[in-house]
Amino acid sequence: MTSRAMTLAGLFLLLLTPGTGGSQVPGTDGAGDHGGPHGLDGHGANATNKAFPVLSFDYKHVQMPFEISLWVLLASLMKLGFHLIPRLSSIVPESCLLIVVGLLVGGLIRVVGEDPPILGSQLFFLCLLPPIILDAGYFLPIRPFTENVGTILMFAVVGTLWNAFFVGGLLYGVCQLEGTHLGRVDLMACLLFGSIISAVDPVAVLAVFEEIHINELLHILVFGESLLNDAVTVVLYHLFEEFAAAGGVTIKDVFLGIVCFLVVALGGILVGAIYGVLAAFTSRFTSHTRVIEPLFVFLYSYMAYLSAEVFHLSGIMALIACGAVMRPYVEANISHKSHTTIKYFLKMWSSVSETLIFIFLGVSTVAGQHHWNWTFVICTVILCLVARVLGVVGLTFMINKFRIVKLTTKDQFIIAYGGLRGAIAFSLGYLLDKVHFPMRDMFLTAIITVIFFTVFVQGMTIRPLVDLLAVKKKQETKRSINEEIHTQFLDHLLTGIEDICGHYGHHHWKDKLNRFNKKYVKKCLIAGERSKEPQLIAFYHKMEMKQAIELVESGGGVKIPSAMPSTVSMQNIQPKKPTERALPQLSKSREEEIRKILRTNLQKTRQRLRSYNRHTLVADPYEDGWNDMFLKRRRVMELGKKISELNNYLTVPAPAPDSPTMARARLASDPQAWSIKPKSDSIPTIQVDLASPQSPDSVNMVDEFNKPSKPTEAEEEEGLMMKAPSSSADQKERKRDKEDGVEQQRLARCLSDPGPSAEDDEDEPFLP
Amino acid sequence: MGAFHSNPAEQTYRDLAEKTGFSVEQIWILHNRFKQLSHDEEMLRRDDFKAIPDLACNPIRSQIIEAFFDQRNFQTNSDGTAHEIGFEEFLTVMSYFRPPSLNMTQEEKEDLRRAKLRFLFNMHDTDNDGTITLEEYRHVVEELLSRSGAIGQETAKGITDAAMLEVASTSVGHMGPDDVYEGITFEHFLKVCHPFPAVKGKLQLILTAFVHTLFPHYRPRLYIGYTGVHWA
Repeated sequence: MTSRAMTLAGLFLLLLTPGTGGSQVPGTDGAGDHGGPHGLDGHGANATNKAFPVLSFDYKHVQMPFEISLWVLLASLMKLGFHLIPRLSSIVPESCLLIVVGLLVGGLIRVVGEDPPILGSQLFFLCLLPPIILDAGYFLPIRPFTENVGTILMFAVVGTLWNAFFVGGLLYGVCQLEGTHLGRVDLMACLLFGSIISAVDPVAVLAVFEEIHINELLHILVFGESLLNDAVTVVLYHLFEEFAAAGGVTIKDVFLGIVCFLVVALGGILVGAIYGVLAAFTSRFTSHTRVIEPLFVFLYSYMAYLSAEVFHLSGIMALIACGAVMRPYVEANISHKSHTTIKYFLKMWSSVSETLIFIFLGVSTVAGQHHWNWTFVICTVILCLVARVLGVVGLTFMINKFRIVKLTTKDQFIIAYGGLRGAIAFSLGYLLDKVHFPMRDMFLTAIITVIFFTVFVQGMTIRPLVDLLAVKKKQETKRSINEEIHTQFLDHLLTGIEDICGHYGHHHWKDKLNRFNKKYVKKCLIAGERSKEPQLIAFYHKMEMKQAIELVESGGGVKIPSAMPSTVSMQNIQPKKPTERALPQLSKSREEEIRKILRTNLQKTRQRLRSYNRHTLVADPYEDGWNDMFLKRRRVMELGKKISELNNYLTVPAPAPDSPTMARARLASDPQAWSIKPKSDSIPTIQVDLASPQSPDSVNMVDEFNKPSKPTEAEEEEGLMMKAPSSSADQKERKRDKEDGVEQQRLARCLSDPGPSAEDDEDEPFLP
Repeated sequence: MGAFHSNPAEQTYRDLAEKTGFSVEQIWILHNRFKQLSHDEEMLRRDDFKAIPDLACNPIRSQIIEAFFDQRNFQTNSDGTAHEIGFEEFLTVMSYFRPPSLNMTQEEKEDLRRAKLRFLFNMHDTDNDGTITLEEYRHVVEELLSRSGAIGQETAKGITDAAMLEVASTSVGHMGPDDVYEGITFEHFLKVCHPFPAVKGKLQLILTAFVHTLFPHYRPRLYIGYTGVHWA
């Protein structure tokens, strides 16, 4: 299947390769359609001489978009194809396969006699790289990143500098040796080459690391390093380029270089942050035009990148800063669908970009003019490896003094091994001016060799090595509510301890930043009520919504949103000690009065009570015209049967009606059905709301009322999930015959009930 | 160092160092801080803690302060709360936050970790019955949300219920409909906290003092930092 796709794609390319105008025989497929209406214009003048052209071929004016689309289509088909072959994708990482495809396509084009296109630096830096970086920046896990930022910066800045100078310097030494015929390569050129080749490439790292699912710490270290070393690379590149042209270097230049680095890095971040704030601010007002929300995110980010590039600041850092800054505010403002759209568009673009980059790398290898020099290339590869290993080991030794969680040898090995080079190095090399750097071809050859080596050899072997060394993999646990509570608690605890010690440490500043954020920034950038929602509550609502959706999607059947099946339910947790109830002491007569009132009112509320307690079920379930409901909701009854076999249920009360997650979650259901009453306080009322948290008091009220009959089998409802009702796990339930009837009732009740607010007379407490 | 201390004081410092695991320099710094907080008195009271300005905006301030006065944390096998504490108790409580030193055996590290979790547990278990009941847990969540007004109050209940249910499910597994889950015991607490990488990492607040041996008159700075996710 894939080979056929490849040949097909190859044929397309053959037939429609650029720049040859009329010298090729046009294909008979599809291409002829383009001629139609436009053909008229050209031929109008000759109408008297020639026959009217019914069909004509005019490829030139759609050439550019056509080719671009074709390349993207090729890339996507390749991606598709790889996953159809069962074993291949588990052995060979995708990046390798794509490069091979690129080589083949390049070879095909060469065979035809055309010039294969080379990965132009313009195309690469302006079109292919930004989506990948934006995807990385927008979804950057902030917490691990900030916790390890010191280590990451050390690797990125000091590590890259070390690599550049080590490789450049030693290569110069090698070039000076007799017998290598490399005497023309001077120090500056070598250092420039060193700086190009030393940067770890984010695209390659992402491509390989995504597939091996390594633990979060290592992933963020290597990936963070690959992102942040862009500033260093940019500065070094421009520096050495200038020096190589100028000829000499003074101390002043070195000093200026350091200043330049700071400007580039901080400037990039600043530009990104400004655009991020703008994007967040804009998203505050998009509540009426939800459709274009994702567009703002993309446009502002791209503008940040381009603006940074205008001033030769670090575009990558701008993009990361923009994405990271705007994300918390934008996500609080935009609709759920926009969020999904942004996520999928980013993933789509970055995926296509990555594929295209690797294919083009392959094609460029075939296309480029190479100058192979054994010594130079072999030395480069060896020196890169050695520099990386030495750098990582040395830096880790220093960093471990400041870390609590030391980096073990295994970690160091993975970090060193994961230092892959990629297309950025190639593009930077390609940008070199041929005039100033006559050995550019040799450089390009060496760069490509290093890229191939790292991607193929290191990329392919890293997965078995990870397994062999038993490196910790990513833990798939979901963040639970307990974890969230404890994390927040510990945050505050450690901040408090720091304050008591009188030292302004990490936690103190983080706490200050959070408070500043909450007090001023959130008010500006987040619309309406959402700015006040504390993080714990937001997390909780998100969690329960996720569980509700999961439940609905699984048909309310077997999938349980909990780690372990257990029969623990809310009733096991609620304290049953009578002393804990806040009921006032009642005199006997008062009690009688209450009982009477309850009994009379029970007639009205019988319907509702029925849904909670099978013991009050006295009437025929088909009363009150529920016949129709049942027939309609037959499917739901099946649901009910399945639910009764569930072991555990996380019954959660619904959040306040105007909370952001609820507002976002207006699914297809009738919102009225889930309107929520304000929670009743501890006055014992029999009114048991369908959709509000059950207080132990009302439960006990029901219990008490039914004590004469069968107290131990009282059912308890705690509130309902959003679409399907829930039941407490009751083993005995399953055995009861009436149970089905009750379930049906309850279900029908729940889904047809417009909500407690519709029946006002039951809202008043029964005590006068 | 010698210029600042008389010999008996140094001896007490050394004793304390052995007992709590801090170095003598760290104890010296903490003693200075203690004296600063207590206005040069021997004992520290609750009001002294409340006077710390930065602590005022901490939502769990009262619980932190109580932890210092909780006798269960003094490692003396006594219960109840004290009205005022001396430097030794202060140091004992602070010692819960030191990281494991490099020359500790695995067993010692485990003990230390257990002690830290016990400290955390004691913070939640205010009535000292050995379990964290639903009410106590709710109190914790309410404190955390104490700055959110009415929204906090309503959802605190729901959050607590959900959290409690989770703990019960993971630690107990199967319960009949009539069993009552009394509360989170210390063992359950250990089980629950065990897989949380963030929680594990945070329990090690680093407390190191950079001693400039070249400059003995330079006052060493107390550095409290926290890094990384703990994978030990």
